[in-house]
Amino acid sequence: MSETPPPGSFDPDGIDPAIIQAIVSGGIPHYGVLGVEFVTASREVATLRLPYNQDFVGDPETGTLHGGVITTLIDSVCGIAVFMAMGRLLPIATLDLRIDYLKPATAGQAVLATAECYKVTRSIAFLRARAYHQDRPDDLIATCASTFMLGSSGEVPFPKHIKVPQ
Amino acid sequence: MTLLDAVRRAKESGDAAHVVSSIPYFRFLGLQVGRDAQGSFCQLPEDPRLIGNPRLPALHGGVVGALLESAAIVELIMTSEAEILPKTINITIDYLRSARPVLTFARGSVTKHGRRVANVRVEAWQDDPAKPVAAAHAHFLIA
Repeated sequence: MSETPPPGSFDPDGIDPAIIQAIVSGGIPHYGVLGVEFVTASREVATLRLPYNQDFVGDPETGTLHGGVITTLIDSVCGIAVFMAMGRLLPIATLDLRIDYLKPATAGQAVLATAECYKVTRSIAFLRARAYHQDRPDDLIATCASTFMLGSSGEVPFPKHIKVPQ
Repeated sequence: MTLLDAVRRAKESGDAAHVVSSIPYFRFLGLQVGRDAQGSFCQLPEDPRLIGNPRLPALHGGVVGALLESAAIVELIMTSEAEILPKTINITIDYLRSARPVLTFARGSVTKHGRRVANVRVEAWQDDPAKPVAAAHAHFLIA
């Protein structure tokens, strides 16, 4: 059994995306109240989805989402991209996020956020992320540049009942 | 009541609660506004729904970012001479300390109020304002 896995399938040296899916769907209280959904995760890229919810509106006249909820989605997907790039679930902490809001999210539509971790040093991970609607992936709602601390003094950000590969 | 009506009422009364109560996401977060000698500030009550790291535990970084952005918007609305609805152009958030899931405050200060763009700095803290848990600066379109 030494066949090369087909593209997009489970990376034997990395984190099984099913573990990320378990964290997203049941591990983090604030994901639960937002209804954040797992879409995909690989060494290179991770994507989360936020279904539209009127509770997240920032402008009641247009139904546009508040920037804060886009920030939360982007911060979340960046964290997952760090885990995937490192191939292990280590304690991490957001150092900074710079978010450009390019256009308002369309009322009634889910928002996707994709993050790429393009450089990792001993202490720091560097990321780019973007938010968009599924049918217009190039018409961006927001872009983000962020850095994360690796091996921060805290604990991995999910409950003990989620199994961690050794 | 439109958002602009809420802004008008908040500015007339000096109470930003009119704005906060008319924005669904602020209600969802449970955001509140207060006022002291230094002006308006925002606060986020302790709420287990806002936890992003249940092991530490810590508030979700996005929630802290949302609090900072909200406090910047409130400060801009309350201190601007005109009745404005600020639109966020961008925000840069620095996470300084782990934010525990307890009552958290944030206060903004307008660094530059131009004709079309305003620059606002904002800090969030918990027990001690001298030990901020996060800081941000943001640009808003106010034309």
